Amino acid sequence: MLDITNLSASYGEARVLTDVSVTVNPGEVVTLVGRNGAGKTTLLKCVMGLHRDYEGGISLAGAPVDKRSPDQRAKAGIGWVPDDRGMYASLTVAENLTLPPVVHSSGWSLDKVYDAFPVLRERRNSMGTQLSGGEQQMLAIARVLRMGSRLLLLDEPSEGLAPVIVQRIGEIIREIKKEGVSVLLVEQNVKFASTVADRHYLLAQGRVVEQLDNADFQARESELLVHLGI
Amino acid sequence: MGGISVHPLETQENRDMEDFIQYTVQGLSAGGFYALAALGLAVIFGALGVVNFAHGACYMLGAVGAAVLLGTFNINFWAALVIIPLLMFGFGVLIERLLIQWLLRLDILYNFLLTFGLALLLVDLVKREYGVSGLPYEVPPGLEGLVTIGSVSIQKYQLFVFAFSVVICLAVWLLLTRTRVGMIVRAATEEPERTRALGINVGRWVTPIFGFGIALAGLAGVLAAPFRAITASMGSNFIIVLFAIVVIGGLGSILGAVVAGFLVGLVEAYGQAYAPSFSQLVIFILMAIVILVRPAGLFGRRQEAV
Repeated sequence: MLDITNLSASYGEARVLTDVSVTVNPGEVVTLVGRNGAGKTTLLKCVMGLHRDYEGGISLAGAPVDKRSPDQRAKAGIGWVPDDRGMYASLTVAENLTLPPVVHSSGWSLDKVYDAFPVLRERRNSMGTQLSGGEQQMLAIARVLRMGSRLLLLDEPSEGLAPVIVQRIGEIIREIKKEGVSVLLVEQNVKFASTVADRHYLLAQGRVVEQLDNADFQARESELLVHLGI
Repeated sequence: MGGISVHPLETQENRDMEDFIQYTVQGLSAGGFYALAALGLAVIFGALGVVNFAHGACYMLGAVGAAVLLGTFNINFWAALVIIPLLMFGFGVLIERLLIQWLLRLDILYNFLLTFGLALLLVDLVKREYGVSGLPYEVPPGLEGLVTIGSVSIQKYQLFVFAFSVVICLAVWLLLTRTRVGMIVRAATEEPERTRALGINVGRWVTPIFGFGIALAGLAGVLAAPFRAITASMGSNFIIVLFAIVVIGGLGSILGAVVAGFLVGLVEAYGQAYAPSFSQLVIFILMAIVILVRPAGLFGRRQEAV
């Protein structure tokens, strides 16, 4: 679904990512694990087209997207869930949901979204930023599900949320995986990552230092925690 | 019969009240075109991040355009009310495509300088063509004279300007809050990058929004034509008051621009009536107070107060 080949990215003079290759297969959940500053969010931004200062190639379902703008990439099926959840203060909950265009016939209907997240139906006329952190995260995920994105980029969806909500987000990820949606997940919460992902890439100082399947990942969890310093 | 006063019960207090009401209407009508022009300025700043220094010149073009339409082509006020905003929309689209868009990626200062230069150019072109003395414009037929409500006499045209600008502001408000286009404009104003990442081609909306903002300035100019002196330099003072208005209302805040527009119109009218020597100063005292108490302006959000 997504192929990142030999990607290097910089902010001006500062090199942030070096020679990173990551693959996400259709219907697969893959995590990028690493400490702060390892370049995880930058990698997602490169995929979305929000960070253009990179070399190497990104292709979606076999087609290169490097020359495409962020809105074209979104229309091609990449759904971005930013780490700040991306709420609009001047838009209501319902408007936050329906702002992006539906890009694929598999997009959830508004009813399906509201059935899956009843709190969003209740609060559909509130402003986006009046929701709690967990509710905002639900909305950010629901928004890309409604678009029908085939590849979700989730940036630290569990950050700062209560365990029960993290659990619910895990359920949602497993559910959309069943629908054949691919997920590239940036996560520092190693426990959470191991409950949802098929494979993991460990990032350190802008490089992929290791690639593990979930069984290995779980077996070496405590060692990895030390290694990553998280 | 002779010797009976028209208002037998008139007292000093009543007359003061009547004067006050007249000043209020005068202020609200001036506020009407402040609000329209400030709305245009706010929409442009919100969507493009451009502080349009040529806004006063566009207001002037609106008024001069109305005078030329009437004087040369015998096209009346009501038609000008439609034609001028359309022409100004086209002018705005042209300016954005030819000039503004190339500087959008650079520091905000570049477009500031560009629009400042553009304002000087437009003013001088008009001066060369029509001189420095005012162009004539009559109050449109049907709106001349006074209307008397109770014992208060008010200029019909002032009432019209107030009502008309309220209707236009409401229409823009509905457009922004009740339509999909408005939703996209709000989203693009708040977070352009993120909105792109959600599959919306923000760039496509930038040009029509700029044209729309310029059209509002032109419309304000047409409304001002019948009771302001129509000269090439009429926009120079106007733009300074406009900037005070958007600072008071909160940069980029649409509601703030409208409310502050009417507020400043009122303050200016009361100032002229009760403290003539301070009338311009009063606006800036108001601005200073607002900045001290709420640095982001009355309706501004924190991140907009850059």
